[in-house]
Amino acid sequence: MPSGSEVPGTAPAAVKLDVQGLSVGYGAKSIQHDVSFKVRTGSIFAIMGASGSGKSTVLKALIGLLTPSAGRVLFNGEDYFAQPEARRGEIGRCFGVLFQGGALWSSMTAIENVALPLEMFTTLSAVSINTLTQLKLSLVGLDTGRDALPADLSGGMRQRVGLARALALDPQMLFLDEPSAGLDPISARRFDDLIRELRDGFGITVVMVSHELASLFGICDDGVFLDAESRTVIAHGSPKLLRESCTHPLVQAFMKRELPPGEPTPGAAVDAPR
Amino acid sequence: MALPFASTSPNGATSGSPIGTGWHARFEGSHTVVVLAQDWRESDYDAGSGDHNAIFERPGTAALGFDSSGLGHWGSSLLAFLAVLRDAAQRRKIGFDEAGLPVAARRLLALVPGEPPVAAAQSAPAGFVERLGGSGIRIGAEVVAFATLLGEVVVGTGAALRRRARMRLVDLIDAMAEAGIGALPMVALVNGLVGGIVAFVGAVQLHRFGADVYIANLVGVAEVREMAPIMTGIVMAGRTGTAFAAEIASMRGSEEIDALRVTGIPILDFIVLPRVTALSTMMPLLYLYGAAIGIFGGFAVAVAMLNLSVASFMAHLQDAVSVREICFGLLKTLFFGGWIAIASCRIGLHAGRSSTDVGAAATAAAVSGIVGIIVIDGIFAVCANALGI
Repeated sequence: MPSGSEVPGTAPAAVKLDVQGLSVGYGAKSIQHDVSFKVRTGSIFAIMGASGSGKSTVLKALIGLLTPSAGRVLFNGEDYFAQPEARRGEIGRCFGVLFQGGALWSSMTAIENVALPLEMFTTLSAVSINTLTQLKLSLVGLDTGRDALPADLSGGMRQRVGLARALALDPQMLFLDEPSAGLDPISARRFDDLIRELRDGFGITVVMVSHELASLFGICDDGVFLDAESRTVIAHGSPKLLRESCTHPLVQAFMKRELPPGEPTPGAAVDAPR
Repeated sequence: MALPFASTSPNGATSGSPIGTGWHARFEGSHTVVVLAQDWRESDYDAGSGDHNAIFERPGTAALGFDSSGLGHWGSSLLAFLAVLRDAAQRRKIGFDEAGLPVAARRLLALVPGEPPVAAAQSAPAGFVERLGGSGIRIGAEVVAFATLLGEVVVGTGAALRRRARMRLVDLIDAMAEAGIGALPMVALVNGLVGGIVAFVGAVQLHRFGADVYIANLVGVAEVREMAPIMTGIVMAGRTGTAFAAEIASMRGSEEIDALRVTGIPILDFIVLPRVTALSTMMPLLYLYGAAIGIFGGFAVAVAMLNLSVASFMAHLQDAVSVREICFGLLKTLFFGGWIAIASCRIGLHAGRSSTDVGAAATAAAVSGIVGIIVIDGIFAVCANALGI
């Protein structure tokens, strides 16, 4: 949360989330190993990589859904996985998570989805909860369909409700899994701007998994690049920096939306003049 | 001037000025300055709200300003408070000067639209006649839809027998294994126990009249004609019917049914026919199995309770239960199986798309399956009486 006396962005860059030598996988199958990075307070951090490189799996470990096989995740200097269950729950309440596609509770209306965390974890009156819930839905720009069930909302609206729900408890950290997937370019751009506004306003630290280049270049100021083949981090830095100065061929191909060197272009033979 | 929070008077509030936890108001000429102080945490919003109206009660207030020099950490609770003040100022045509607010709060406040959207007007609850009419129309539509599906299944089964329908054999075998072999333990348990209970109750009564030997007739007729068909039907409605409905409903939720439609694969051939065929063929077989186990259960109890020989039990059983009775039971269970499968498929295919709807579909399938079985059984009983079976 920002303090009233300072302008966000001028605070010293403290480390909010420190990931050290993280290895994740399902059973004996390793997905990523030796993943290390630091997320500065107030930054928008991107976890990048091709489809199937384990971005979402790493994210699952960061939010505590998956216990890593090795490594540590320090939140405000506190080792998350070394804490007892109760403390982990408390830390978890400092996290807001937007799942892919929203993952809204389908039996509840949009308003109820956002209100539930407030009902569960605060002692606020129903009137106050309603005020805060409406405020959050306004913040994410959901002006209609607040009483609709998720099934009756469009993809973009569901995404917004998901974001409002993630913001329900005024989190210190926001984790976004493919936030602009399935949105049209204009909606995706609006969503990006919204995330930046919320970061600037509330001073939230954002970690997002994405392979939408426009989003990555537009709002992310730091990040890591995961490789599916070597199953670890192959580059650190902001997406823009990686595009400009990273020499790794895969990273270059990814950032410039090209095929990796050596891979034949499908249809090239057909297109070639005879 | 009202003093809503006079007892908690921090931050050097001038006597008589409005105040709430985290803020107090200061009057400067025609301006009212809201002085924000302390931390504003979301969990304190109830306390932080205070009495907003008191700020506007002083006559001649032209503008509202802010002083946030003493403000600590803040979050959405401050934002909610500011949004309420802004809307109230707008309503009273009083200026709202954001200059004294933190930059970040001003930016976020700009994202919140003016007045909160007015909740949609609730339509008046429907009257009794209206609801009755609505139910009538719904039931009518449901009967038509069911009859249509039944007709389609009959035609489709005919086509399948002439090898013209595109039912996949592997789906049929899967459904048969699930509805047949998978149900054996449950059918055996329920029928065995029911047979034993019938024999137990019967034995106590018959013994009083010295009619012990007729226990075989009682158990045999009861099991073959009524208990085995109904109990097997109820087990299958609860076990397989609900599974069909839930599976199809969740396929609908994940747009698998839509994908089938778009690909041009007939839902009837792919989803409905294998299940209806499997359950209608397996039900009679399960009935035979269930009746045998039920009679055995009754036999065990009878022999244990009454002075009865195995030979006399068997002799009376053969006397009481004819092939015609068994055929009657087989025909009945064929209809039971068809009903359960068609009703479940129909419910699944018309379920909503959320996860709650999957549960609702399973419940509806169990209810309609069990009620349907009892109704069909009643119709069969009347017909059997008329035909003298």
